[in-house]
Amino acid sequence: MDAVLAEKQAEWTLPDRGTMGVIFLIVTETALFTIFVVAYVVYIGKSLTGPYPKDVLDLPILASICLLSSSVTIVFAENSLKKHRIGMFKLWWLATILLGLEFLVSTGMEWHKLIYQDNLTVSTNLFGTTFYSLVGLHASHVIVGMAFLMLVMFVSLFGFPIETQERRVKFLSWYWHFVDAVWIVVFTVVYVIGR
Amino acid sequence: MSSIHSELERPPVEEARFSFSIHLYDWISTVDHKRLGLMYIVTALIFLVVAGLMATVIRLQLAFPNGHVVDPDTFNRLFTMHGTTMVFLVGMPFVAGLSNYLVPLMIGARDMAFPRMNAFGFWIFLFGGFLLYFSYIGGSGLSGAGSAPDVGWFAYAPLTSRAFSRGASTDYWILGILVAGIGSIASAINVIVTTLSMRCKGMTLARMPMFVWVMLIDSWLIIIALPPLSAAQIMLLIDRFLGGNFFNTQSGGSAVLWQHFFWIFGHPEVYILIFPAFAILSEVIPIFSRKPIFGRPAMVGAVAAIGFISLGVWAHHMFAVGMTSWSNTFFTASTMLVGIPTGIKIFNWTATMYGGKLRMDTPMLFCCAFLFQFLIAGLTGIMLATGPFDWQLHDSYFVVGHFHFTLVAGLVFALFAGMYYWFPKVSGRMYNETLGKWHFWLFTLGVELTFVPMHFLGFLGMPRRIYTYAPDRGWDFWNLLATSGLLFQLPGILIFVWNIVFSAIKGKPSGDDPWDAWTLEWATTSPPPEYNFETLPEVRSSRPLWDLKNPNDPDWRYE
Repeated sequence: MDAVLAEKQAEWTLPDRGTMGVIFLIVTETALFTIFVVAYVVYIGKSLTGPYPKDVLDLPILASICLLSSSVTIVFAENSLKKHRIGMFKLWWLATILLGLEFLVSTGMEWHKLIYQDNLTVSTNLFGTTFYSLVGLHASHVIVGMAFLMLVMFVSLFGFPIETQERRVKFLSWYWHFVDAVWIVVFTVVYVIGR
Repeated sequence: MSSIHSELERPPVEEARFSFSIHLYDWISTVDHKRLGLMYIVTALIFLVVAGLMATVIRLQLAFPNGHVVDPDTFNRLFTMHGTTMVFLVGMPFVAGLSNYLVPLMIGARDMAFPRMNAFGFWIFLFGGFLLYFSYIGGSGLSGAGSAPDVGWFAYAPLTSRAFSRGASTDYWILGILVAGIGSIASAINVIVTTLSMRCKGMTLARMPMFVWVMLIDSWLIIIALPPLSAAQIMLLIDRFLGGNFFNTQSGGSAVLWQHFFWIFGHPEVYILIFPAFAILSEVIPIFSRKPIFGRPAMVGAVAAIGFISLGVWAHHMFAVGMTSWSNTFFTASTMLVGIPTGIKIFNWTATMYGGKLRMDTPMLFCCAFLFQFLIAGLTGIMLATGPFDWQLHDSYFVVGHFHFTLVAGLVFALFAGMYYWFPKVSGRMYNETLGKWHFWLFTLGVELTFVPMHFLGFLGMPRRIYTYAPDRGWDFWNLLATSGLLFQLPGILIFVWNIVFSAIKGKPSGDDPWDAWTLEWATTSPPPEYNFETLPEVRSSRPLWDLKNPNDPDWRYE
């Protein structure tokens, strides 16, 4: 009896705490985003004055393609790291960063157009308030993600053995996938339903 | 199995000369879950005294009609700061402190999953609290005399807009709570990950102590329910600083949306606050009845059910707003559902006591009082869950009586039970039982005197948050009665503080396991060493210490 039990207990494994930590961080972030999305949906079409979404919003097709494909390149980077092909890893990682940067630049240009051409600011109307809050919350998450992506890039360029950090790179890529998934929701709500 | 109890000879530690700065440095730089847990609890107790004194001033003001103890503006600040402090700076750190101290010990771990994040959570919480209280100095900017927030603890729009809430006091409310909330979320993620990833060998989920189960579900609720408040507060900041329109009715915004967002957080929050009480009772009652808890799986299921249902009941705070009759019906029904799992819990605790060998020490006394008082609080809750009844008594003292019965006569009683129960574990010394009983009887009498009359005041039509009232309303007697409860509550608290402080220094040594308990925290020394266990324990049932003490009749044969 005891021998059987001892054998059974010898294979005592529990989920990795880093993995669990990232999962629950993403859960709590999801709750945060949900409320902003709900606020946006509630206020669709409630603005008393213009400009309205249908007049000023253009579909950010290129930016969206860039951000979503960066989720693919980061997976390629991860796989290269698993196979210890550091050169390929750096290349795919750089591609991820560039695609993310392109997304941020497009958002910046979109906001510049909205503010200076269409006179839409946070205080203009409900659309302005909810648009800048939701898109801005997402963009700030992209910026945080970019900071970490660049950190990994720099340390690996300066010779840090990044292959020892496979786990942490994986967590970063999960966060990046989360940011992308949020963008799909934001895109649908803001640019498809809300327009 | 002797590994749990291995009594290694410890090398003698050379006592360094006592140095205040070294001690201070040790505490500030610590990442030890026990020290952080104690710091959370001591902070909570200090804020409890501060907010309790505010309540004392409120009761003195209301003791007689046409009271002149404080002016109306001060009164508004008092009830705002009292409520905000009690919920965010007393209740939340108690959740974090208890789970920090006990969860790793109970699951046989050496620390939390992320010790440094744990320290971060505590410090950012503490400074969030300081930020809130700094409003007394900085509330109206550099030029003004300063004032604290006066918008009520749920800060309804549009009272919080720039037009109606000048100065920076509301901003301090927003930022202080936002920052403290980050700490609560950090600590909740830590508790969840610790529970899932750090259990000792053999500690399956089915064998986990009830306390850990309840705190796991509590932390899950925190990470789901706190972000909505943070989100709403960020929106309010955008409104106040960038001229946004979220809650600005002038440009189409909705003040009711704030209420929805606030209570989507706010109602789960009250379950977040009461869950530690469930956790403590589920540990204390079995030990003092000498019986394993009755219906363990049902208890876990009931807590999970309460956690789940509590996410769908928020609008019962808003019946008086004027929602559709479908909403009213839905939220009445969903709120009543909470009564079922709560009933299961009360019955199971009672069934645990039934036929047991009861030991009426102070922790058990507090638990028994909890059962009676929380039952009453639950019943008034069912009354208020009924839409039409709520229309009559909304925003009256009946509501004040109801939630003070849940949180003071319920939660605070359970917290006292827990503090007396684990005091020997934390300090290695026994508290004074006679003083504990004095504390119990004085405090119970005081709480009943203060909060029972509030229900009658509500029936007689006294609204919440009024700073005084005319003598011809028939409220004089009940108000005076409510205030007179202080004469018993305050000495009770003083005795408690004296008992804890004196016993921590001079109390009788308690030994490692004074209650003859069954969970792992009693397997190590009292107080536990920094590494908790010399060798990590292995468990084979939900009562590992019972197995150890009764090798002829261990639990694992039956589980």
